[in-house]
Amino acid sequence: MTAWKTFVGSKIFWPVMALVALLAANTIKTTRFVNIRVQDGHLFGALIDILRNSSPLLLVAVGMTLVIATRGIDLSVGAVVAISGAVACSYIASSADPTGVVTVLTAVGIAAVLSLVLGAWNGFLVSVVGIQPIIATLVLMTAGRGIAMLITGGQITTINSPPYKIIGSGYWLAVPVAVLISGGLFAIVAFLTRRTALGMLIESVGINPQASRLAGVQARTIIWTVYALAGLFAGIAGLMISSNVMAADANNAGLFIELDAILAVVIGGTSLAGGKFSLAGTLVGVLVIQTLTLTVTILGVPPAVTPLFKAVVVIAVCIMQSPVVRARIASRRRVPVIAPVAAKVGA
Amino acid sequence: MTAPDVLPTADATRAATDGSPRARLTRAARSVHVDRRFLPVLGALVVLLLMFAVGGARYENFLSGRVVSNLFINNSYLIVLAVGMTFVIVTGGIDLSVGAVVALSGITAASLFQSGWPAFVVIPLVILIGSALGLVVGVMVHVFEIQPFIATLAAMFLARGLCYVISLSSIPITDPTIVWLSSTQIPIGDTWTITPSGIIALAVVAAAFYVLHYTRFGRTVYAIGGSEASAVLMGLPVARTKVLVYVISGTCAGIGGFLFTVFSRSGYSLTGVGMELDAIAAVVIGGTLLTGGSGFVLGSVLGVLVLGLIQTIITFQGTLSSWWTKIFIGVLLLVFVVLQRAIAARRR
Repeated sequence: MTAWKTFVGSKIFWPVMALVALLAANTIKTTRFVNIRVQDGHLFGALIDILRNSSPLLLVAVGMTLVIATRGIDLSVGAVVAISGAVACSYIASSADPTGVVTVLTAVGIAAVLSLVLGAWNGFLVSVVGIQPIIATLVLMTAGRGIAMLITGGQITTINSPPYKIIGSGYWLAVPVAVLISGGLFAIVAFLTRRTALGMLIESVGINPQASRLAGVQARTIIWTVYALAGLFAGIAGLMISSNVMAADANNAGLFIELDAILAVVIGGTSLAGGKFSLAGTLVGVLVIQTLTLTVTILGVPPAVTPLFKAVVVIAVCIMQSPVVRARIASRRRVPVIAPVAAKVGA
Repeated sequence: MTAPDVLPTADATRAATDGSPRARLTRAARSVHVDRRFLPVLGALVVLLLMFAVGGARYENFLSGRVVSNLFINNSYLIVLAVGMTFVIVTGGIDLSVGAVVALSGITAASLFQSGWPAFVVIPLVILIGSALGLVVGVMVHVFEIQPFIATLAAMFLARGLCYVISLSSIPITDPTIVWLSSTQIPIGDTWTITPSGIIALAVVAAAFYVLHYTRFGRTVYAIGGSEASAVLMGLPVARTKVLVYVISGTCAGIGGFLFTVFSRSGYSLTGVGMELDAIAAVVIGGTLLTGGSGFVLGSVLGVLVLGLIQTIITFQGTLSSWWTKIFIGVLLLVFVVLQRAIAARRR
């Protein structure tokens, strides 16, 4: 009973409720929704689709969670997605052997290293030069799509390379490869942040950079690392997205993915003010967003109207999580309204 | 052409009293005791003049009244957006919804005109749509303590979604008032012209300049940006002001949407994608700090003109692809924030 009470009181409660409600609504609408069948040795079904479509967003959102935990934000991930896809596809398209495994691995390597460098550039601007994260990453967000256009020459670069296709739409042991990649990286990050001191150090930098520096935490290195990681993850997401359609679209690849990722993080209960973060919350947030997108399609509403539903869910979840409403809902013993104010002054 | 003349000269005289060619700017500023707050704005002005000089040297007919007039006319909606954004950013907030609000007010106007509504009803209505969304954002930010970034992001999705509900396709506008507004050119002198949109934009700039710099409300906006806790302790009307800045930004977005509708003579759900980032970039280039508490309306206007001039130069050059615009804006943004950072570091 106490466990249930803790769960109801936790920030993850409302997002989980939103996810359950969406899944229930879909199941009522079409009972086939929850079916998962095996066909040609591959798993198929709406739930699998949600997981696979979530993969790029999950990667970006995990990087974003860490960045937001250090009280930062990364607006450039969408541009990095475009650049990474553009580099990989251009390399494969211009190589002598587009179908070769070595070519694909080289392309993936180049794209990954480049996105790591772009992320590190953001980290440099934020941690060394000391520019506010939102504007430091806005630079790359604005210029990045231009750079991606430069790489592809303004064209949509299409390629034909079966090994590259595996990243986005292949299967391994009946599970989509994209889900395995993002799930694996999610698990690694979760392990590193929750089973080592790294997570606590990141949170301490987010809560009070000054104090954590004085306490001997290498704030600068940590900030640099999280931005580099966010860049790398965005790059991998870019590979998935371009591999899914076998083309690099500098204009539209990863468009607004930074906003979706930030939404997922916030729905998951991580505050944009930095500090405590929840990777599980982010996972739920990503699933809510993707399920919502699929629900809209299933309900037969034009997909273009999806933003409207997103807005409704975001506003609802944020209002339910807001201090005013939480104070109303919570028992009188707790005084939640005081807590955030104190934290703000302390910071 | 009185009003547009006032803009550059006000800053030009300020620059002139420094006796400042570009290289000696900081040294001169220190010796003449120019307020450090003005340095980023001066930086924007210097860049603008430099770009005019480079353009004038490279291309024929670049330094003509027509180019400058077009700069104002083609960017009138962005000027209005940037001015509204300045209020929000000075309080330390941000408004990501303006691009979507531009699209929403445009498509609403177009579809209302299509069903035969008169202009004198439609125009105030579409501006009020912006104000109403701004009010919603303000309440979300203040009452529910949702971070401005997320609240305005939600408003952006809301407005964008509503656009698609109204119409998925572009709607042309044939209303005589809009046609008159978009085709009228008022000549000033030989080569200068101004359009009604330009006049509206300049009126908004003048009003915003007065409100932000010469009223009690304006001082409260700065006080909140400096330190919200202190502003509350000083007894300033923080709640009302915080909500109002979002209403102002929303209203400006509504006006901007109306101007953009006049400019394009149609309404389309996909207009204004990324326009909020242009507005934010203009505000930052104009010397407003994103942390709040410091910034100027005229700086933001200069920022818009700098962005517009990049576009003009690339058009004049003719050989550069359009994506160079984005790269240039990114580089310029970087230069400016590093510059601001250097100034802020020296102040400490």
